[in-house]
Amino acid sequence: MITAVIPSLISTVRTDDTWITFDVNSLAENFWNSTFDGLTFGAIYALVALGYTLVYGVLNLINFAHSEVFIVGCYGVFFTLSALNFGPSAPRLAFWAIVGNLVLALVVAIVASALMAVIVERVAYKPLRKRKAPRLAFLITAIGVSFAIQYTIYWWRGPSPEAALTMFRPTPIFDVFGTIIDSQQLVIIVAAVILMIATDQFIRRSRTGRGIRAVAQDPDTATLMGVNKEKIIITTFIIGGILAGAAALFYVMKIPSGVQYSGGFILGVKAFAAAVLGGIGNVRGALLGGLLIGLIGNYGQVLLGSSQWTDVVAFLVLVLVLIVRPEGILGSSLGKSKA
Amino acid sequence: MSEAIEPEIDIDALKEQGVDLDVAEKVAPEREISVEVGDALVQVQNLTIKFGGLTALDNVSFDINRGEILGLIGPNGAGKTTCFNAMTGVYKPTSGKVLLEGKPLNGLAQHKITRRGLARTFQNIRLFGEMTALENVVVGLDARHKTSVGGALFRLPTHTREEKTAVERGMALLEFVGIADHAHFLSRHLPYGYQRRLEIARALATDPKVLCLDEPAAGFNPAEKEELMALIRTIRNDGYTVLLIEHDMKLVMGVTDRIVVLEFGKKIADAVPKVIRDDPKVISAYLGEPEDDVA
Amino acid sequence: MSTTEGPTLIPDDAAAQAMADREAKGKPRKGWFPGLGEKWNALPRQTQWLFLIIVVVIAYLLPILNPPFITTEPGNNWQIALAQMSVYALVAVGLNVVVGYAGLLDLGYVAFFAVGSYTAAMFTSPDSPYLHIPYLWTLPLAMAITMFFGVLLGVPTLRLRGDYLAIVTLGFGEIVRILATIIPAMKGQVGFQNVGHPPGTDAEGQPIFLNSNGTPWYWLTLTIIIVVLLAAGNLERSRVGRAWIAIREDEDAAEIMGVPTFKYKVWAFAIGASVGGLSGALFAGQVGFVNNQKFDIATSILFLAAVVMGGTGNKVGAVLGGSLVAYIPLRFTAIAEFKYLIFGAALVLIMIFRPGGILPARQSLLAYGRTAYNKLREATGKKPAPGQLAPNTGKGAGDE
Repeated sequence: MITAVIPSLISTVRTDDTWITFDVNSLAENFWNSTFDGLTFGAIYALVALGYTLVYGVLNLINFAHSEVFIVGCYGVFFTLSALNFGPSAPRLAFWAIVGNLVLALVVAIVASALMAVIVERVAYKPLRKRKAPRLAFLITAIGVSFAIQYTIYWWRGPSPEAALTMFRPTPIFDVFGTIIDSQQLVIIVAAVILMIATDQFIRRSRTGRGIRAVAQDPDTATLMGVNKEKIIITTFIIGGILAGAAALFYVMKIPSGVQYSGGFILGVKAFAAAVLGGIGNVRGALLGGLLIGLIGNYGQVLLGSSQWTDVVAFLVLVLVLIVRPEGILGSSLGKSKA
Repeated sequence: MSEAIEPEIDIDALKEQGVDLDVAEKVAPEREISVEVGDALVQVQNLTIKFGGLTALDNVSFDINRGEILGLIGPNGAGKTTCFNAMTGVYKPTSGKVLLEGKPLNGLAQHKITRRGLARTFQNIRLFGEMTALENVVVGLDARHKTSVGGALFRLPTHTREEKTAVERGMALLEFVGIADHAHFLSRHLPYGYQRRLEIARALATDPKVLCLDEPAAGFNPAEKEELMALIRTIRNDGYTVLLIEHDMKLVMGVTDRIVVLEFGKKIADAVPKVIRDDPKVISAYLGEPEDDVA
Repeated sequence: MSTTEGPTLIPDDAAAQAMADREAKGKPRKGWFPGLGEKWNALPRQTQWLFLIIVVVIAYLLPILNPPFITTEPGNNWQIALAQMSVYALVAVGLNVVVGYAGLLDLGYVAFFAVGSYTAAMFTSPDSPYLHIPYLWTLPLAMAITMFFGVLLGVPTLRLRGDYLAIVTLGFGEIVRILATIIPAMKGQVGFQNVGHPPGTDAEGQPIFLNSNGTPWYWLTLTIIIVVLLAAGNLERSRVGRAWIAIREDEDAAEIMGVPTFKYKVWAFAIGASVGGLSGALFAGQVGFVNNQKFDIATSILFLAAVVMGGTGNKVGAVLGGSLVAYIPLRFTAIAEFKYLIFGAALVLIMIFRPGGILPARQSLLAYGRTAYNKLREATGKKPAPGQLAPNTGKGAGDE
């Protein structure tokens, strides 16, 4: 009798409240699927998060406009691939032809994003640095630039998303725990991880990387020691832009109809959350944080029963991290990372 | 106020130094004016501070006695400011204790340490730039005020009373440090020397038991240093205990009652100025310092 | 920002650096009306009151006067435009407490506005199945609820550095919108119709407060603005205002000078939030309809633009900035579509070229400061207004 009542009770609760579920079964069923998907998103977040982390490390500034640096890259991808006759359905091209086209789109996206990053730095932040403006002025400017760019795109392209672009048909590559990993997921995760390792090594080993770390640790002393601070700052913005451009390609690959004026904004907030989670200013932290935010968001979405929950869960994670461990999992500070 | 007037106060000497006794009374109406050097007011006990692998302060102990001017000196990087920051709660000590009137200050929030009676100035001036000189001082006075947000919102009697006395006491403090004529200037518009004096006035406004001055003479010319020394003595004569961190040996020798010398985070000497002057360890610590520092 | 503080290397260098900084900063910034603030301060108290009364009377008469040229374009009802302007002005006054006084960047202020709106809607609209209360009661209730949310959000984040607050509030603003969409009780895009209004009927038995008639709503909001301005003025000229400005100027120094910085930051955040909630409830009443479409992050940035344009820290400037942000798209319909672009760019341009905003006035932080300063001016015989460079008199003045 009782055993019959309990399931019916649970089911009534569920029908009353379909907007939020606590569906452990669904999570268990889709666990590996959402894991791989989460890692794919996480890799994209991580690439964007690197841009936040590097600029934060060097200037102690949340560069809100970084989400727009990213979306400009998305438009770069969109226009290049549109010109190359890509459309909503997967193109019928030879493998190497597709690779060539994507590399071209990647280059355009990287140039567009890096250029945008440099423009933002020169037009908005440099005058403030010259004036030794208070911190609040930098933040207000950052959010202002972000909106000015976003709504310039809106003015130009209108409110609706651009036509979808499919780069290639995801093909199953191999099978893990009964879940198929497709070529798309594999490309994104592998490429993003390679890019991040390259960035990490660059920051740790190159002369410029040493300069970046020096400025992050103590800008005044670094200047006294002969580091050209302005050059380092612009380099940092360019690196952030390059990574955002790469992230843009992967983002359009994953979400073909995601190119929209406001598309970068929420992704930006999540990427920043990722940077904080891993430890802001910490390059490896950005990777870890990005992957975790991707995973947690995806698990939350499956568990709570709506894709809308992804953002809510990511935000709650950010607040929790700030309460429990504000310096992030791997600890903050670019300057302190070891050579 | 019961033991307010100590016979030891040399009123003529005070007047000679330009102290307005009425002003002094207004500045500190509720404090016990006692300039006699007495018991240990602050006890620094086995203070150690490590940053990563670097030991900035190594087992340093000293006392600050009531009513004295204690100098804390040492070559660059000796740990003077670190010691200061540990006392005022900016850094958490790795081990050791700081006691004020026998009660430990460790782990207290910085603003609570200030309310206990330890006030400081900053080596690099940190005034509130967009406030007038008088408002800067009143922020210090607010440390002793009790108005709540509701009290301010509805202008309750406590608020009104405190605001009225605050203006009076603030002006008196500015007069005391000699910058009352600039009370209505934004502090960032004040001349440099005035800014340093304003920092002292703001710290005094918190009604401290110990006033800690961090290189108050930095950037001063000799004439201004003389004036500053007179001011520090006046402050002491008014019943405050003073801890002075200073780089300039002449100033320190001229004004302090006792000197603690730090080198590489360790205390190497603790004596009256005359003894310190001839201490071979101190001399060797300062050897290699530029000539003008060892005036 | 580490680059903004002078280095503290060697004492004499530090001093020289500090001097240079101060000289650079010392140039008095001029607004578009240079010297207006000083002239105003120099006026006798009675004259000031007279001016204020005239301004207030004109403000109350605005919907009736409907001045040509200033009035909005034909498609936009002038009285309703005024009501909306007044709501924006109130929002700006509230946000000014957070951003202008305490220097905390709140990018999700629209969330508090939304919470206020939903409070008013859910307790008065017939579409809501919950308890119904008279509309006017929802105003204090909205303030209380938003204040609660302000504390809830502020306590974990205000202990941290200021820029984390910016990102957390930004996230919070977006979350409230998403929750309004997915929680069924908030009715998503369908929203709540017929939000309540204050009681009262005119001679013909029609309710005074109609959604189609902006005038009573404008008068109600204007009255509330005046009360809130007086309250903000009281706080400003007190220990509380001084603590906020000290935190804005140098948080560490404020803490060491005995200001419980965390406590006052939470207060600023909570007070700002409650005013945001109040204006949200007024907005909901005036428009009569609340759904999830009105509370996007972009609106938050408009609010911020209002505060920055008016002059951060200046409550009268905030009223002006808030009205302008609502007024410009209604007066110049042709550019209304680009308002986010315009105000976003305005934020950047103001920060770079005119950080003081339109009315760069300084707060007066002492309840009885005027008397003291005037006494001082009489005594010295000179009349150097605050904000002018010091004359080179007095001992040790500026001769290093």
